[in-house]
Amino acid sequence: MRHILSLLLENEAGALSRVSGLFSARGFNIESLTVAPTEDPTISRMTLVTSGSDEIIEQITKHLNKLVDVIKVIDLSESKHIERELMLIKVHAKGTAREEIKRLNDIFRGRIIDVTDSTYTVEMTGTGDKLDAFIGSLDEKEILEVVRSGVSGISRGEKAI
Amino acid sequence: MGKSKEILRGAEIFIRSLKDEGVKHLFGYPGGAVLHIYDELYKQTDIEHILVRHEQGAAHAADGYARATGKPGVVLVTSGPGVTNTVTGIATAYMDSIPLVVFSGQVPTKLIGNDAFQEVDAVGITRPCVKHNFLVKDVKELASTIKKAFYVAMSGRPGPVLVDIPKDVTADSCEYEYPETVDMRSYRPVVKGHPGQIRRAAELILSANKPMIYSGGGVILSEASEELIEFTRYLGYPITNTLMGLGGYPATDKQFIGMLGMHGTYEANMAMHHCDVLIAIGARFDDRVTGDLEKFCPYAKIIHIDVDPSSISKNVPVDIPIVGDVKHVLKDLNAILRDHKSKPDAAAIKPWWDQIKEWQGIDCLKYDRKSKIIKPQYVVEKLYELTKGDAYVTSDVGQHQMWAAQFYKFDKPRRWINSGGLGTMGFGLPAAMGVKKAFPDAIVACITGEASLVMCIQELSTCLQYGLPVKIINLNNRYMGMVRQWQEFFYAGRYSHSYMDALPDFVKLAESFGHVVMLVDKTSDVEGALKEALAMKDKLVLMDFITDQTENVYPMIASGKGQHEMHLSPERELA
Ligand SMILES: Cc1ncc(C[n+]2csc(CCOP(=O)(O)OP(=O)(O)O)c2C)c(N)n1
Repeated sequence: MRHILSLLLENEAGALSRVSGLFSARGFNIESLTVAPTEDPTISRMTLVTSGSDEIIEQITKHLNKLVDVIKVIDLSESKHIERELMLIKVHAKGTAREEIKRLNDIFRGRIIDVTDSTYTVEMTGTGDKLDAFIGSLDEKEILEVVRSGVSGISRGEKAI
Repeated sequence: MGKSKEILRGAEIFIRSLKDEGVKHLFGYPGGAVLHIYDELYKQTDIEHILVRHEQGAAHAADGYARATGKPGVVLVTSGPGVTNTVTGIATAYMDSIPLVVFSGQVPTKLIGNDAFQEVDAVGITRPCVKHNFLVKDVKELASTIKKAFYVAMSGRPGPVLVDIPKDVTADSCEYEYPETVDMRSYRPVVKGHPGQIRRAAELILSANKPMIYSGGGVILSEASEELIEFTRYLGYPITNTLMGLGGYPATDKQFIGMLGMHGTYEANMAMHHCDVLIAIGARFDDRVTGDLEKFCPYAKIIHIDVDPSSISKNVPVDIPIVGDVKHVLKDLNAILRDHKSKPDAAAIKPWWDQIKEWQGIDCLKYDRKSKIIKPQYVVEKLYELTKGDAYVTSDVGQHQMWAAQFYKFDKPRRWINSGGLGTMGFGLPAAMGVKKAFPDAIVACITGEASLVMCIQELSTCLQYGLPVKIINLNNRYMGMVRQWQEFFYAGRYSHSYMDALPDFVKLAESFGHVVMLVDKTSDVEGALKEALAMKDKLVLMDFITDQTENVYPMIASGKGQHEMHLSPERELA
């Protein structure tokens, strides 16, 4: 099962490598990982997407909590939450394709943020599935590059980490 | 004076911080990056620095010191090769949860990342084998980081902590103040166990018909021996200890049924297999204990007390987990048991004890006591008798380690000092040295094998310099015995590279280091030689016992087998 873990950790050199090192040393999966400082610059927030059986997720959570730099860990997937990912995608946009891409972009509510004679660069946020669907709707040959941020997540309602 | 705000240089702050932390001994080896610190060491006498002969020896010595005293072991080494040499020692301490604080020099901050002379990413290299590590980038953070390092090493589940200090930080100055307390928002280890869980555990414990107590190194680390004894005696239940837990419960007590695991006793492993309630205390279900997990304790409900939540349900699913310091949890549990309306029922568990006594009747540790060729077990047994079970015994890794664990009966915690988790050959001698430094008047014996001994043999020189008269019991079988045993059993006797073809003459070797040596090759000489060696209180004696080359460690659970599938010796296979 896929899980989205949200972590608060000390914003210190090496904290990220402790987390990633833990995953490689113990053979846990990382699907994606994003991290940036919070409103308190001494604390970073990390969203980590992983997968595994309940037992494995329990071990992952325990081991993350054990890291001396980690302040808090919650499993967002245990309750209602929102997840979003940012994608920047550069595509060939010539001739009839140009109009088609613009139309698709509107349907998916992306934004074209850079334009040349032959390309569009689209900015899009959404769930991973939505971004996958957008990529799927394009002709593979037209895609020049894709940059995805990995998932960021937050719980719904008044609950905070 | 405590809080006077003097301006000090980093190197002085380092020394002052250690003093304020109460450090008395420092195991180390100098080099360029730590020369400012060594200069300050020279100017003072409160902290004794023990100059080892290889940095691995420093880490093991500090580790032995920590295991014997319960205080943190402290190490100081230079950058680059100095710190890489300590990695085996740090990993050894990490696997056994031993509190070490290792200080490594680093190249000056402005050179970090430049491939400077003797630069190595110490924090990166040690990260997977430390509890935590720090790089100090500013002298203003030095004292507080040292304080944190000791706190993290000692609290919760203990472990090694490395502090990497660039040379310029030891030259810069700032106001000195050693913090009195530490508060880390990201690190707050649990101490007390959950009362509801403890109550549930008490119910289950009292309902058992075939109970079994399985306790490990956590009991020793949390100084919970007394509480464990109270718990076990009150209940009248059988108890086994892990390799790391020996001495946590007195081995000569009638409720103790021996060590468990791969080379544990028949009765302990059988009782594990057949019990209906298993009470695991400060033990971590290591694979050398459980054997095949599919077959582990098939009939038992399991209670697990441990300070580290990640140890719980890691290998074996647990019915009642209790996270907390073993000492605190046992105290609470003992109180609840005493107040409980039901009392332990000796009659109800009598059939269980009868069964255990039957297993004990097999005498699984039997060996040929009449042999003229020295049996290694005999040497350990004699050492036990002559030291009345009161010595500190360190060991290396191999057959000798298992015989030491099987035949030296430890009645007290912190007396048995071995590398259980990492299994580090070369640990024994430097560890013994560390123990002797802590307890100069105690008998400290290192039970070793000739292959392990040479891995840190250089420390004989340290022992001479600092007057550390440990007794080295070299069970010399001219083989890497444990490797040979596996090759005999599982590789049809193809002894690939397990034979020591060009052993040193241990007599000349130890003499050249300035120590006393005894060569013993007859069973009838063993006792006399041991007596003589023990009488030489101020001499390091290396005793080279020429032992039976073919002796194997029994009983044995082969990898992949269950705890009830033990082998005794070939002549005595069980039906
Ligand atoms: C540093 C290290 N290298 C290799 C091993 C693997 N190993 C385990 S036991 C053993 C043989 C030990 O031989 P010896 O010290 O003579 O002890 P004996 O088994 O003969 O009692 C070896 C090589 C180890 N545990 N540690």
